[in-house]
Amino acid sequence: MSALTGHPSRREARGILPWLAAPALVVFVGFAVVPLVGVFALSFTTWDGIGAIRLSGLTSWRKVLTNPGLPHALWVTFLVMAVSWAVQTPLSILLGTFLAGRQRYRAVLGVVYFIPLMLSSAAIAIAYKALLDPNFGLGAGLNIHALSQDWLGRPGLAFGVVVFVVSWQFIPFHSLIYQGGVQQIPQSLYEAAQLDGAGRIRQFFSITLPQLKYTVITSSTLMVVGSLTFFDLIFVLTEGGPGDATRVLALDMYKRGFQASLMGPASAIAVILVLLGLSLALLLRRLGGGDAGASQLEGA
Amino acid sequence: MALSRRTLLGLAAGVPVSAAPAACGSSGPGKSGGATYWYLNGQPQEGVRSSAVDAFNKAHPKDQIKDTTYQNDAYKTKIKTAIGAGRAPTVIWGWGGGTLRTYVEAGQVEDLTPWFEEHPEIKKGLFPSSFGAATVDGKIYAMPCETVQPIILYYNKRVFEQVGAKPPQSWDDIMALVPRFNAKGIAPFALGGQSRWTNMMWLEFLFDRIGGSEVFQAVVEGEKNAWSNPAAITALTKVQELVKAQGFVKGFSSITADSNADQALLYTGRAAMMLHGAWSYGIQQADGGDFVSSGGLGYMTFPPVEGGKGDPSDTVGNPAQYLSISSKAGAEQKKTARDFFATGVLQDAEVKKWIGNGSVPIRLGTEKLLAASKSADFLTFTYDIASKAKVFAQSWDQALSPTAAETLLDNIVKLFQLSISPKQFADNLNAVTAK
Repeated sequence: MSALTGHPSRREARGILPWLAAPALVVFVGFAVVPLVGVFALSFTTWDGIGAIRLSGLTSWRKVLTNPGLPHALWVTFLVMAVSWAVQTPLSILLGTFLAGRQRYRAVLGVVYFIPLMLSSAAIAIAYKALLDPNFGLGAGLNIHALSQDWLGRPGLAFGVVVFVVSWQFIPFHSLIYQGGVQQIPQSLYEAAQLDGAGRIRQFFSITLPQLKYTVITSSTLMVVGSLTFFDLIFVLTEGGPGDATRVLALDMYKRGFQASLMGPASAIAVILVLLGLSLALLLRRLGGGDAGASQLEGA
Repeated sequence: MALSRRTLLGLAAGVPVSAAPAACGSSGPGKSGGATYWYLNGQPQEGVRSSAVDAFNKAHPKDQIKDTTYQNDAYKTKIKTAIGAGRAPTVIWGWGGGTLRTYVEAGQVEDLTPWFEEHPEIKKGLFPSSFGAATVDGKIYAMPCETVQPIILYYNKRVFEQVGAKPPQSWDDIMALVPRFNAKGIAPFALGGQSRWTNMMWLEFLFDRIGGSEVFQAVVEGEKNAWSNPAAITALTKVQELVKAQGFVKGFSSITADSNADQALLYTGRAAMMLHGAWSYGIQQADGGDFVSSGGLGYMTFPPVEGGKGDPSDTVGNPAQYLSISSKAGAEQKKTARDFFATGVLQDAEVKKWIGNGSVPIRLGTEKLLAASKSADFLTFTYDIASKAKVFAQSWDQALSPTAAETLLDNIVKLFQLSISPKQFADNLNAVTAK
């Protein structure tokens, strides 16, 4: 019985498998590909979001590319990306390595660290905004002078706050990835190192870090591409301000599209964002050394 | 591997997402069913708006209005997107002016001129000055409603007593008061600078007091280099002088007006003065404990500037709020909306509530009610400003097109941050407002 039904069902499964991907494909086409094509088409039009859409060739592109706001927004986006990567990566690796230990208190701490990830960006931004208020915030409430700075009102400080809050929110997620990565490293490597007399620090740099290479690439890709789309947090926290000190590309796009009613230029920025995200992701894969699927564990 | 994980995530995310549009279709503003109406939240105004709707619904069990509320800054974006997507509410709440013009040009709102001709008594019962911002190219596209809201200079009387100072009678007085308050650790002016339009009120008055109302009128008319007018440059320079003298509260550029933190600074005595809309009186009355009722709040019109040409009676602000009818609504919904305009807007109960909140409704003939209310002094003051102003200019961001307004607000923030000079400000704006 089982032998009889086994073969046809396997053959059937082969026929069904592509169809199983269909719902996902429909969703992907409907919510990713179609809007993408739509935005690309809109970037060649003039539209105020309310009236008729008029074809206008390269007008929107010319407007965006000659606007001094674009290089500034690109620069801010790059800075947020680079600085938050540089802050998050080492901290996440250290935390992840620490949490990979099997002790019970580490598991408890792991749950605590995980909390920021469960909060929505908007809620986090509102909470920090209230805490950092120069007149009614934490500093003023506790009478701590060092804390009652004009955190969100001065360009440099506001930028620092954005990076800090972003890191606070996402370090738990990346720690989790690294924790998983560290736990994958075979214990035998450490045992061998111990026999050779390597200390903890030497073990970390000679075994843990090299073994985490692909985890670093995955986590960095998520960080870098994710940082292109930071919007909600910055929008609620600073609205891109003060002035345009924290106006990243995604925010610039929103402001032009929905506040200034310039859908054409906003679509052009969206296309730039997509291209930027794709090329960064590809670049990171390249840096990873071609075949990121290759195992580092051979022979372990 | 990467692809399959993504498609898996897509599938997981896709279920609720793909279910969402179906849900929108039934609960969103459709063509049938009752009329819909969106307006701003925030007490005490929200309560007046919702009770007007409730009263109407009670009296008209067959034509119901469903109301939804939004926060100020969020609403401005939301309503534009909804109208663009053809999902506007039946009744569109707004500020008239430049934004209304964009709706009209896109054919999104009903022409109400014939309706007002059929019901002349409705038009005659409202402040005539309120119809300016409802009119586009000679036709009326919105019903003025709610209250008249000039911008007022508020001050904290207790703080003034403490310092031994008198309210400013001129711009030079203001500049002289700044170091006196700063010396006592009190901010001279509260300002919710992140909201941007709050900073704009300063320029609105300075432009008017220095160069007269024609300076900004030239901008509205699209005159070339209107912002480079010497009076405009003087006004922009003066506001930067005030910023440099630390006239505004520390951290003003990160304070939002939606949170009412700027007003809290005034009634808690941490700031001495504040330029704000007439609606702020009701907020301070509601949130400020006994600040207003015990006579702590002082108010005056913006003082003249030495050597300025403007008429000191001129004022700026919102001449009214405006209700339009979406042209995309169904016939039944439109009828309900018109019935609401005729029998639900500014009825006696609503008028009394506005007055109770310390606002002046735009219905004519309320002098007696105003004089009898507990906020009689403030209301008479507002009524006089509104009725005696030689020019009642509309708020700049509402008078201009949304595109120009956005550039304006952006540059105002930079001006207040001292990151651009008055001349750069003028150049940046000349580029977008000249026709």
